[in-house]
Amino acid sequence: MSDAKSIFLKDATVNAADGDQRAFIRKALGGYYLNRDLQKARFRDWERARDAASLAKWTAVNDLANQLAKFTDNFERNGGVVHWARDAAEARAIILKIAEDAKAKAIVKSKCMTSEEIHLNDALEQAGYGVVESDLGEFIQQLRKEAPYHFVFPCMHVKREAISELFTKHLGTAPTDSPEELTMIARRHLRQLYVDADIGITGANFLVAETGQISITENEGNARLTAALPRIHIALSGIEKVVNNLDDLAVLLPMLATAGAGQPMTCYNTLYSGPRKKGECDGPEEFHLVLLDNARTQLLADPEQRDALHCIRCGACLNVCPIFKNIGGLAYGTTYQGPIGSVITPHLRGLKQWNHLSGASSLCGACTDACPVRIDLHHHLLHNRRNAAKAAPTWFDRLFHGGFDFVIRRPRLFAFGGKLFRATLPVLQKLPLPYLRAWMKTRDLPKAPAKSFRDQWKETRHG
Amino acid sequence: MADARSDIFARIREALKVKAPKPHFKSEETTGQPVVVGKPWLPDGGETAAASLAILAEQLAKLKAVLVRVPDEAGAAQAVAELARSKAWTRVAYHGDPLVRSVARALPCPGWEADASFEKQKLEGCDAGITSCESIVAQLGSILVSSASSGGRALSILPHVHVVVARVDQVVPDLAAALEQVRERHGERMPSMLSFITGPSRTGDIERILVLGAHGPKELYLVLVG
Repeated sequence: MSDAKSIFLKDATVNAADGDQRAFIRKALGGYYLNRDLQKARFRDWERARDAASLAKWTAVNDLANQLAKFTDNFERNGGVVHWARDAAEARAIILKIAEDAKAKAIVKSKCMTSEEIHLNDALEQAGYGVVESDLGEFIQQLRKEAPYHFVFPCMHVKREAISELFTKHLGTAPTDSPEELTMIARRHLRQLYVDADIGITGANFLVAETGQISITENEGNARLTAALPRIHIALSGIEKVVNNLDDLAVLLPMLATAGAGQPMTCYNTLYSGPRKKGECDGPEEFHLVLLDNARTQLLADPEQRDALHCIRCGACLNVCPIFKNIGGLAYGTTYQGPIGSVITPHLRGLKQWNHLSGASSLCGACTDACPVRIDLHHHLLHNRRNAAKAAPTWFDRLFHGGFDFVIRRPRLFAFGGKLFRATLPVLQKLPLPYLRAWMKTRDLPKAPAKSFRDQWKETRHG
Repeated sequence: MADARSDIFARIREALKVKAPKPHFKSEETTGQPVVVGKPWLPDGGETAAASLAILAEQLAKLKAVLVRVPDEAGAAQAVAELARSKAWTRVAYHGDPLVRSVARALPCPGWEADASFEKQKLEGCDAGITSCESIVAQLGSILVSSASSGGRALSILPHVHVVVARVDQVVPDLAAALEQVRERHGERMPSMLSFITGPSRTGDIERILVLGAHGPKELYLVLVG
């Protein structure tokens, strides 16, 4: 069993038994469902909008070489600098070099899951830079020294009392149980940091090939401030975030907001092209974009699952997933949690270590129904299971698939096996058989029928 | 070793040698119409100017942004001056758009034109920022500001209150129309920042409870002239 798998099984078991925490998550998501449905109802045809969004991403991803070249040409023409990183280590090195050249001291970041993917904060802190996450949820998680729980709602599992204690401990503020007051504490604390920071680091939601702009979606205004006040702006993005045209955003931005947070539009959707231009009164002097592969091209090479690269990271699949709701986001042990994380993590970090996530699904398909860009999520979990069984079957796979294959080809043996199974089932139930034991701890096997289907069929036809 | 750029492009080209099937859309079968990345299935933005304005008013109210309709420039100046008095603003920053200037002249408190390069700290100390905008999207209640038309990047995000003064003919029905206008207006010379602002800054990070004024403005006013 892989380390990741044994940790996952342990954490998932503990979390699934925590009824209090599960109720808290369900309550937090309750408001989301309501608002999402209200906003979906405003679409004149949600299903066709999903088609259009899916087509926009399909077109870009399947023409990635051309669109990416077009995007970077335009980005550079606007005065930005493009950096290419084959993997996480290269991306970290590039960003460290920019910080070193700039003689930077303080760095402010807005939410960027790609930076979590490459563990950027650790690298920057080890190199001696002060790094502060400015998104409220990420700020709280940074103080807690914990990974984000959900890639859109990073601290949705933390209760206000815990946040109040955290702020008292780290910021010396008076305890309060008001979310509003807690938010204002973070607001006051972070304001000065934007003003003082030398470098602002953001992510990117879309890279617009037509114009060379990057599009950033956020609610709090922290990404706006991060890209406005520091002298240098560094954006970090996966190479798959390209869209062909500016008007693709007319579909994708409202859908991202509605599917992700039940909003008509996220509060700030900002397009950046280049550093401060001549005649503009503020903005950074330098604008760097780090484009990251980090195994995305491996996923691209799998035409069956290529659509997983269409993901716009709205988090809708997490919010509807019965597994996510029961085991929580941290148990996954991945940067991207929930169904999309279970699909892509084996590609990004190895199928052998991470295939167990393919089993963390009831295959109910709620994720696939929720996805605004129509990624075939639950089938991809099956594809990963199949690929894992093909690539490195376990002895259990071999024994059972081989045995099944042998028996199913031999009708008499199959009939005999059935008879034997029916006769011995009451005994089997009482035996502590490995594999069945865990399953039977909370379940009863049904009673065996007296007659098999074959027997009943014979009687109906000849009786 | 090849450089990272060539390596990544080589990997992409290799990966794309095997084509992925085009997505299968049920709606193409049922309607006989191909899917295009088009607009008619998105939320309604209004067929007429009056319909758009009605949708805009409704959207802004839901977003907890305040819409103030005034007949003319004098009305706008009066409305903003009243706001400044009622909120006891002591210092306001604005930028050099003619309409914004005429509003700023009537302010009862010191105003400061933040169009030349400025001290960040000074802007942080302002109670409000007054800007114009590129356009207003009725469909979503979004206000498009840019570093070209709205006094740079910080003026519309750093002060605690953001006041937008615009003319009613700047209202466009939907996001697609706003983006088309951006393309026509700026073409290859895009402002370095274009931002769709949809309501006051907000967060739901603590227990998914909505709080206004996370990092950006806590209050957003749209003063619409005409």
